[in-house]
Amino acid sequence: MSQYYTTTDHFVLVPALMLALFGCAVLLFEVLVFPHPRQRKWLLLFVLLGLAFAGAGVWRQQNFLASQGIEELTAFGGTLTVDGFAIFFNWIFLAASLIVTLISYRYLEVEGEHHGEYYGLILLANCGMFFLATGTDLITLFIGLELMALCFYILVGFLREDRRSNEAALKYLLLGAFSSGFLVYGFSVLYGLAGSTKLRAVADALASREPWDPVVFLALATTAVGLLFKISAVPFHMWAPDAYEGAPTTVTAYLSVGSKAASFALLLRVFLMPLGAAREVWEPLLAAVAVATMTVGNLAAVTQTNIKRLLAYSSISHAGYILLGLIAGNETGIKGVLVYILVYTFMNLGAFLVVVALRRKDLLGEDLDDLAGLVYKSPGYAILMLIFLLSLAGIPPTAGFIAKYYIFLALIETRHYVLAVIGTLYVAVAIYYYFRIVRSMFLAPLADTGPLTTSFGLRLALVVTGVLTLGIGIYPEPFLGFAQTSLAR
Amino acid sequence: MLHPITTVHYLLLSAALLLVGTIGVLTRRNVVIILMSIELILNAVNINLIAFSRYFGDVTGQIFAIFVIAVAVAEAAVGLGILIALFRNKETVWADEIELLKW
Amino acid sequence: MTFLDLIWLIPLFPLAGAAIMLFLGRKLDPQQPSAVALAPGVGPAPGMHGLGHAGHSHAGPGKKLISLLCPGTVLLSLIFSIGAVAELARLPEKTHQLILYTWIAGLPFQTATGSLARFSADWGFLLDPLSAVMILVVTGVGFLIHVYSIGYMGHEGGYYRFFGYMNLFVFFMLMLVLANNYALLFVGWEGVGLCSYLLIGFYFHKKSASDAANKAFIVNRIGDAGFILGMLMMFHVFGTVRFADVNRALAGPGYAPEASWGVLSVMALLLFVGATGKSAQFPLYVWLPDAMEGPTPVSALIHAATMVTAGVYMVARSNALFSLAPATSDIVAVIGAFTAILAASIALVQNDIKRVLAYSTVSQLGYMFLACGVGAYWVAIFHLYTHAFFKALLFLGAGSVIHALGGEQDMRRMGGLKEKLPTTYWTMLAGSLAIAGIPGLAGFFSKDEILWQVYSSPQGSTALFVVGLITAGMTAFYMFRLMFLTFHGKPRMDAHTLAHAHESPPVMTVPLAVLAAGSVLAGWIGVPKLWTAFPDAFRSFEHWLEPVMLRAAAHGADAGHHDAATEWLLMGLSVAVALGGIWVARVFYLRRPELPERLAQSAPGLYNTLLNKWYVDEVYGAVFVDGLAKGGGTALSEFDARVVDGGVNGTGWLARFTSQLSIWWDTWIVDGAVRLVSFAVKVVSYPVRLLQTGYVQAYALIFVLGVLVIFGYYWMR
Repeated sequence: MSQYYTTTDHFVLVPALMLALFGCAVLLFEVLVFPHPRQRKWLLLFVLLGLAFAGAGVWRQQNFLASQGIEELTAFGGTLTVDGFAIFFNWIFLAASLIVTLISYRYLEVEGEHHGEYYGLILLANCGMFFLATGTDLITLFIGLELMALCFYILVGFLREDRRSNEAALKYLLLGAFSSGFLVYGFSVLYGLAGSTKLRAVADALASREPWDPVVFLALATTAVGLLFKISAVPFHMWAPDAYEGAPTTVTAYLSVGSKAASFALLLRVFLMPLGAAREVWEPLLAAVAVATMTVGNLAAVTQTNIKRLLAYSSISHAGYILLGLIAGNETGIKGVLVYILVYTFMNLGAFLVVVALRRKDLLGEDLDDLAGLVYKSPGYAILMLIFLLSLAGIPPTAGFIAKYYIFLALIETRHYVLAVIGTLYVAVAIYYYFRIVRSMFLAPLADTGPLTTSFGLRLALVVTGVLTLGIGIYPEPFLGFAQTSLAR
Repeated sequence: MLHPITTVHYLLLSAALLLVGTIGVLTRRNVVIILMSIELILNAVNINLIAFSRYFGDVTGQIFAIFVIAVAVAEAAVGLGILIALFRNKETVWADEIELLKW
Repeated sequence: MTFLDLIWLIPLFPLAGAAIMLFLGRKLDPQQPSAVALAPGVGPAPGMHGLGHAGHSHAGPGKKLISLLCPGTVLLSLIFSIGAVAELARLPEKTHQLILYTWIAGLPFQTATGSLARFSADWGFLLDPLSAVMILVVTGVGFLIHVYSIGYMGHEGGYYRFFGYMNLFVFFMLMLVLANNYALLFVGWEGVGLCSYLLIGFYFHKKSASDAANKAFIVNRIGDAGFILGMLMMFHVFGTVRFADVNRALAGPGYAPEASWGVLSVMALLLFVGATGKSAQFPLYVWLPDAMEGPTPVSALIHAATMVTAGVYMVARSNALFSLAPATSDIVAVIGAFTAILAASIALVQNDIKRVLAYSTVSQLGYMFLACGVGAYWVAIFHLYTHAFFKALLFLGAGSVIHALGGEQDMRRMGGLKEKLPTTYWTMLAGSLAIAGIPGLAGFFSKDEILWQVYSSPQGSTALFVVGLITAGMTAFYMFRLMFLTFHGKPRMDAHTLAHAHESPPVMTVPLAVLAAGSVLAGWIGVPKLWTAFPDAFRSFEHWLEPVMLRAAAHGADAGHHDAATEWLLMGLSVAVALGGIWVARVFYLRRPELPERLAQSAPGLYNTLLNKWYVDEVYGAVFVDGLAKGGGTALSEFDARVVDGGVNGTGWLARFTSQLSIWWDTWIVDGAVRLVSFAVKVVSYPVRLLQTGYVQAYALIFVLGVLVIFGYYWMR
């Protein structure tokens, strides 16, 4: 290997390489090797293999860091950095991709839009997420973001015959492209300030200027806008309810956890490292955004009747809570953010899994009434859904409680009392709409006696997410430790 | 008397282009033109990047610009693809007629 | 392995039962899988169907298994609890903490006092005298109610579901009382709320049932927000939420009773807000009467004996904190007294047998908080303990009546059931006498002690005492009104129902008998100090709780400076008031049933309609046929006539007026406020949703406005 592509570079890049290679291979194989619809299950195997290889790459990186006792491994002259933070997020992405792949097979059959490129796009989106968590260079981050976003635009519009899906994709694309215009404008100004696209250099350049410098603020504001859009923070959240509702449910699930987690990885990288120097500027700004996000998310969810839309607003409000951890900004806060994202991934995926199971040829399965009396038909699904909803609402002993508790703890530690009180009060509002779903499942007569669309993969995924949601709540120590080590920077 | 063109001028041009693009996104009904307005915004970014690149004598900015162009192309391609899929079902390219999903 | 090391198993037994029921129960009890669950009208009317024929059921083997398994798990918990408490009693330090592992661990940080603390909450259990009382009540009463439910719920759809939820409830309740820190207590706190929600809505076909469930949950969340804030504040001040550590910190030199509003007072107030939600105190009590939509065993277990006392338990558990916060303690006492009298006055005129008992529960919980507020924490727990017996008994007895009448809950369509339901009658009579405060029964000892403490404690006052005394009179009145309307007089139900009325099967009456025995005897471990004839063993309850109430005892009441004569006088007064209440009830509903009509005429206008509605049925139903009335001498009748024509007429009118006022207040102001909150949230929700117009360019516009606001922030800073 040459000096432009060293062994270290390769070692760092392997997971992304695997994801990209397998992603492209799936696209090709669908046409050339497995053209027959009945052969699609081989494609599925291929996807799982790709994820396994990528996982092995991340596993080796983790072991290497641990065995060498080093905190980070940089490659490509500082363009990519593998550290605990990146590995933590990569595991989340891989888990999300795996679960979404497992549940998609049956769902796409039912929707009648089963094509191999779906899996290719999932792998490629995951590849983009890898760069968001690993990249420490503005160019890499931008490319990673766009790779992920482009895959999601297509995935959201994957039901070509469904007007809602088309519309959701178009809205998401127009607003997404618009916002990444702002983001990359901010990046260009950051480059102009630093003369380099490396985050470390940008951080040094910003540290030498005073925080209220107008050019710094220009860069900060435009970058923040782009990032806040991606995590669907108010007032840049408008795409989320529509995209979530229109997209195929499996994609909504992936979008709500994968895209959100990756965007938070990017947000944390950018706000903690280069923009960390301007903390006094953005802290009140983000506090206002967080409060607005919790307000809009929680209040708009109260009267929704479409479960996907309700969960969309709920996921908006969760973004607000996660931002609170960043605002607290101490070690507990950042750890709280990581734990929250981890927990959120599983509980939110779990909730969407149940919605996926509701879809049938003759039933959209998105309305609150479609869940009515679920406990009498499939008690297992209803009880798992109850666990996910309790967790989303932050009720102990589920994982959601641990996550919220850390965020509030951090706010108290850093004396952000007002934010802690507001957050606590919104928890009381949130319970209201989550319990509308519970009420429908447990306290309403059975409306639809048809079978659920289930499969081995779906059941497996449900059990795994359910066990994790409850398990992290009851015995959080290993997961907290995991988050703790990934913070060691 | 002719002033020399400095980096600041490029930045002002870029800001103006950003503004034009933004206004285009907000006011034009045709989705294709909205997509073009977004291209304008990305071009504003490119001007920024090239100007800084020249100011620093650093090639990174130009590389960044090339990537931005590539991304812009991909976005336009995907955008038009989605628009065609929508057009097949709904036969419209007017942004204000696409309002099935709301509230 | 001793029982003390196995206390972690106590909650696990019911959890296992719940898990089996909820996941596999449908296979065990496959009766009419969807008949209950399908659209309304398909299944028989809820609450009605099946009632009346339980006991002689033709249950399948699966159902028998459920009937054995679920009460069995609670019985196992009871056995382990008794074992553990017996061992605890032998420990010199009377406390045993068992920490399984650290649940939430934090990082070192500076607390408000400047010291460095490291937050951690364990998954740990604490058995001390206080939690010992609680686990015995929960598992003991819980077991009896489970057994009773075998009969009561025998023919209901969703038998397995009912027992699954009940077992889950017992699990969470045991977690609540066994937790060694506030965070874990909160786990149980939320869990019992969830089970309560599911059980209130058990008859979900009735819209009122699922509405009631929702109301209970929402109202409780308001309280819970207070609890969380209090817990966070506690963590911020002490750096820990473990009971032992908090108490140790409070016992330290840095803390003295706060003269005015300080950190501790605010913290205690926030915790108390949580308690008002869970324990149905003013203004958050509105959910409890509605919660009666649930099956009767649920009302007995959750909404009388255990869950609603969680707030009292929590306040007593935090006695070290509350005794340092006199301002908050005053609020606790006043809220408790006010709730007690308000709820009792509403109970005076309720016609639904379960609602009378529900308001009675609210009122009795008010007594407990009154005791807490004046620093007599052990008395509050004492009353909690006796109340668990007689209130569970009364609810189960009411359930037996409802069961016998095929789902009838309106007392205006009852009457004369004494002969038909002898066991139910005599056991309920014991419960009524106990709650009315007749000497020698459980309720007397605890209630009298509360009243005495309210009068004599430095934090108490005569005004609070008077409120408590009036409430005691009302209690006696409404309980005997219930008894007379239900069991005496002429039957007012239709002939068919009457013919079908029959005593409940032994599986239901045996728990009644056991609870009746408890209602009679349970109080004898806390006889007044005044009764010097009894050795100290009869006062063991206070001594038992002493290790938990150290700080409170140091600051608490010292009744020594009051002389024995005063205490005898007050005791006599409270007994007289109780007897008076019973007497008035007897006059109104047995001897002179035309009196209520006269009252209605003497108070026309404001609520005439309401009153007429009420008395018409009364007059129809109540005629002198009862043996007691027949045998009554003319002298007594004349005495009745004269006195009633004079004073009682006025007081009766006053009682009615206040109760109508309370109901009006309840329906329009308190209930209205709850509805207003939920309405306001919805009202705000719609405009927020309307922002989402569906036009992509409107979204972009809001996006750009957001950008402009951010830049505006820069210029305006």
